Amino acid sequence: MQTQTVKIVVTGPFNAGKTELIRSISEINVVDTERKVTGDEEKIKGSTTVAMDFGRITVDNDLVLFLFGTPGQKRFDFMWEILSEGMLGFIVMVDSTRPETFREARTILETFKAYAPTPYIIVANKQDCQDAWSIEDIRAALRLDQNIKLLPCIARKKSSVKTVLLELLYAILEDMDAAKE
Amino acid sequence: MALKGNLSDFSFVQLLNLINLAKKTGALTIESGNWNVKLFFRNGKLSSAFLGRESVPIVRIMARARLLSGSQAASLAEKYKNLGDKEAGISLMNSGHLTQGQIFSGIEFYLKEIVRTLFTWHEGAFDFWISELPPKEVIQVDLGLESLILEGSRQIRELEDLTSEIPSLDMSLRFTERSSVDFHQLNLNGAEWRVVSFINPNSTMRQIAAAARLNEIEIRRIVYNLLQAGLVEIVRPAEPILFKGAHISPLVDTPEQRSIIHRVINRIKSL
Repeated sequence: MQTQTVKIVVTGPFNAGKTELIRSISEINVVDTERKVTGDEEKIKGSTTVAMDFGRITVDNDLVLFLFGTPGQKRFDFMWEILSEGMLGFIVMVDSTRPETFREARTILETFKAYAPTPYIIVANKQDCQDAWSIEDIRAALRLDQNIKLLPCIARKKSSVKTVLLELLYAILEDMDAAKE
Repeated sequence: MALKGNLSDFSFVQLLNLINLAKKTGALTIESGNWNVKLFFRNGKLSSAFLGRESVPIVRIMARARLLSGSQAASLAEKYKNLGDKEAGISLMNSGHLTQGQIFSGIEFYLKEIVRTLFTWHEGAFDFWISELPPKEVIQVDLGLESLILEGSRQIRELEDLTSEIPSLDMSLRFTERSSVDFHQLNLNGAEWRVVSFINPNSTMRQIAAAARLNEIEIRRIVYNLLQAGLVEIVRPAEPILFKGAHISPLVDTPEQRSIIHRVINRIKSL
C-alpha cells in the first residue's frame, strides 16, 4: 500500500525558532538549508533558512507527517505559497523577546490565511527568556481575538513542541466540527 | 528609439524621475487592461494628458476641478461641442465664466489627478515616444514634476507599509465583537462610510474598493484605520476565491480525514 503523507507548515519571522521547533520533534535530522546571514541580521543569528526546513514523523506503516519550515527572511517569501500547498494547517511562530518582529508576524499570518482556509495557531516562542513578553501582551500586540489559539512555547523542548502540534491538530478537528454545524 | 517597458519592472515614479532629469519632450503612453493613458511632456514638464484615446473637453475638465458647476458644464459643453480646447478656453474667458489663471489651474488639477491614479498602477506596458506633441488645439501647461515625484515616492512607501499590514485585498472584513459601538457616533468621512456600509463576510476588500470607487491605497488606508480602531477584523470570504497558482482545497470532513488526524494525534502523544 502506498504511504500517505500529510503536511504542517511552520512559519514566522526571522529567528523566531522554526528550525528549532522542527528539530526538536523530527525523527530524522532536519534537512535544513541554512546559510550564513549577511548584513544586520548577522548580529541576531549567524545563519538562516533559505529554502525550507524539512522534518518527518512516521505515524504508522502507511502514514507520514511532514513538517515544513518556511524561510524567515522576507526576501525568500516567494517560497511561502509553494510550501503552503496542500497543508493540513500552519503554525505561526513569534519570538516573544523581539517585539519589533510582531508586525511582521502579523503580516505573515494574514498572508498564510489568504493562501488557504486551513486552521492555524500562533506560538509565542522563547517564553523561558527573561525579557519575553507575556502571552496576553503578545495577543494584544498581534491584535488576535480570544478565540485564536496563542500558545506559549520553548521550541528546544520536545514536550512543549508536542503540545503545540497537538493543539493545532485539535484545532483542525474543531474546524471540521464547525464546518459540519 | 522608443523607451518601452512595463510598470512592474520600472515604476511610474521612476519614469517621471527619468523624464524630469533628462528634461524629455514627448508622449508617454501607458496601457493597463482596458485603460489607456497618454501624457505629453515638454522639457521635462507635464503639459497635457489624454484619458483613453482622446482628450477630455476643457469644459468637463473645469467641472472636475469644480471651477464650473455640473449644470454650467452641461450647457457649455453643448454650446462649445464643435470648438477645440483653445477656442473653448477663449470663449470661457470672453464670456466671463473663467480667467486664464483659473483655466490653467483647472488643467493642472486634472493632470495631477491622472498622475495620482497612475501612482497606483503597478503593471502596464509603457512606451515613450520622443518629440511626439499633443494636437495643436489642446491647451498645454508646464506642470513641474518634482513635487509629484515626492508625493509618489511617499505614496509608494505608504503602500508598502499598508501592504505589510494588509497583504491581500482578496480577504473579507467583519465587525469585531468589540465594535458594538454606535457607528453614527464616530467621526467618519464619506469614503469611510462607503466602506463601512459595504462590509460583510461575502465581499472581499477588492470588491468593496470597486463598489466604493476607491483605489488600492485608499481602501488599504481606510481598512488600516478601522483595524487600528479595533472595529473590524480580516476574515476569509464566505465564498471560496481562486488564488494565483495552485488552489488549495480546505480539509474535507470525511471519516478518513478524521481518522488521519486522530492517528497523527496518537502518534505525537506517544513521542
